[in-house]
Amino acid sequence: MDSLKLLPLVTILGICSHIGLAQSPTYGLGRAPSAEEIRAWDISISPTGKELPRGRGTAKEGEQLFRQKGCAGCHGATGIGARAPALVKGGPPAEPGKAPPAGMEGMHMVPDTGIMALRSPYAVTIWDYISRGMPLNREGTLKPDEVYALTAFLLYKNDIIKEDEVMDAQTLPKVIMPNRNGFANLPEWKHGVPRLAGYP
Amino acid sequence: MDSKKPNRRGFLKGGAAAAGLAAGALQPAKAQKPASQWSEKGTNKEIIAYGERSRFVTSVRAPVAERDSPDAFGLMFHVLTPLQDSVGSITPSSLHYVATHRGSYVPEIDPKEHRLMIHGMVDRPLIFTMDELKRLPYVTRVHFIECIGNRSKPTHKTVQETHGMTSCSEWTGVLLSVLLKEAGVQNGASWIVAEGAEEIKGASSVPLGKAMDDCLVCYGQNGEAVRPQQGFPLRLIVPGFEGIFQTKYLRRIKVVDRYYMTYNDYGHINPDPKVSALGNQIGPKSVITFPSGGQKLSGAGFYEISGLAWSGAGAIRKVEVSTDGGKSWKDAELRTPAYPMAHTRFGLHWNWDGKACELLSRCTDELGTLQPTRAESAKYFDRPLDANFRVPGADNSVQSWKVSSDGSVHNGLA
Ligand code: HEC
Repeated sequence: MDSLKLLPLVTILGICSHIGLAQSPTYGLGRAPSAEEIRAWDISISPTGKELPRGRGTAKEGEQLFRQKGCAGCHGATGIGARAPALVKGGPPAEPGKAPPAGMEGMHMVPDTGIMALRSPYAVTIWDYISRGMPLNREGTLKPDEVYALTAFLLYKNDIIKEDEVMDAQTLPKVIMPNRNGFANLPEWKHGVPRLAGYP
Repeated sequence: MDSKKPNRRGFLKGGAAAAGLAAGALQPAKAQKPASQWSEKGTNKEIIAYGERSRFVTSVRAPVAERDSPDAFGLMFHVLTPLQDSVGSITPSSLHYVATHRGSYVPEIDPKEHRLMIHGMVDRPLIFTMDELKRLPYVTRVHFIECIGNRSKPTHKTVQETHGMTSCSEWTGVLLSVLLKEAGVQNGASWIVAEGAEEIKGASSVPLGKAMDDCLVCYGQNGEAVRPQQGFPLRLIVPGFEGIFQTKYLRRIKVVDRYYMTYNDYGHINPDPKVSALGNQIGPKSVITFPSGGQKLSGAGFYEISGLAWSGAGAIRKVEVSTDGGKSWKDAELRTPAYPMAHTRFGLHWNWDGKACELLSRCTDELGTLQPTRAESAKYFDRPLDANFRVPGADNSVQSWKVSSDGSVHNGLA
């Protein structure tokens, strides 16, 4: 047989078997989680909002929850001027008179430019963070309706949405954030390739 | 005086007085007490179970000045490694820098209860126990971790303050690629989201290419279990990336099809594509740890200039040292193996003439990228080189130490 003609076929087979190997388990350790276990743990929300749960909330409801759930105690009654980071624009620094912590200058500890609602390109990121991390010390206790309402409240207080706009899995990802286009995508990471050719 | 240790103190004072020797002079061998008198009357823990260093060794970590006491409230808190006392390339786990968003809070996790879940765009979602992870093929690698906030300021006096948010350990664990292949990554996947088990469940997005390349799911650090402050029982190591990616208390990896822009990610975004490109991965960086700020040379003569070099892009190829403020450079010797994304110790013989001088170091990594000076960085970004200039990305600029004729050493930025 003409070995030259055979070569492409071998190459193709080679690629297939390589993918095949990568796709079947080698060690057989670990077990499959149930769909319920994955649901219980999977709290990551894409900027597209595809994992957002059912539920709804408005800024009005959020304003009450902000007091009831203790947010105001740490972030200030109006979302500014207390010990925890400012959540609403127009206030004094979160830690008056103190420089932002090392490395966080110009970042989210700084008033106004650093307010999460003004700096985050996606409203979903606020939802995700409140849902996973707040209220501090009682994390993970908020129901989806409450997280929608609290997110709506912070968006409203920063003049991003109207007071009566309903936030849910459909509307939240569509909110146009002030800083939506204020960040540059990272260059694709590749082994052995400088991140910024020609620097310095 | 500590009643547990009367003999040692007694010996030290009495010995010198009895022999009538000048301070610093050697004792005659016979005047020294037998070794048994030195034994520590400590607890079983000190003597047998878990060793302690000499009480004459006092090198300790220090908090970043902005927040001098940890609290349970939950603001950012950083603790600095005493690089000025470091030798070799490994940071003792007890002196590893710590960065946390939760003050003094460290979760207590029972490794028997701990699980790692891999799911998302995979053919077979998997849950591993710690025992199962330890049965898988492992690797041991030396890698540094550095915080993006590791930035020298004019107010900083010591190398602990200017550079103490970098540390280096020998890490042991399973390659993340092994786990991802077990689960079978699907076409179209491009990122992973790594998440911790602590109460606030910190999460970061990592490019899939990096995840498959060299990321490690680690249970071992410097010959023992990962320390609680460092993420016990499981920490993701993303070699060469900023500290925030090195997810502590790792419990979940979700394979996804886009940058997820988590809270951790969002804190680091930048509008300038060039600045953005310098984020995530640490550039080539080096610093002289001796002589460094706050130390004092006792007089002209021979010294070994010693320091550390590292890069997020690979191994260190070359370190150069200048003793004349950058007019001339000499190649330093690499004193530890130059592992990829690892602290590498360098040294240079130096005869100090007793005159004021300026010491600098700069390194080149395996990609040929040179560590910039502040001036070079400002020029590249076309910004004025004044006190307000911030080197973009993780500040990897050259650190200057000024030696005065009295032997004292000061931060060249001041
Ligand atoms: C016990 C104090 C405390 C309570 C109660 C609390 N927070 Fe927070 N919050 C904090 C701290 C501290 C941070 C900063 C965390 C960090 O730096 O990682 C924070 C951060 C945030 C952020 C991110 C802000 C930024 O710019 O980084 C949001 C949004 C937020 N909290 C919303 C809420 C909401 C909504 C509630 C009520 C459900 C709440 N918090 C309750 C202490 C608290």
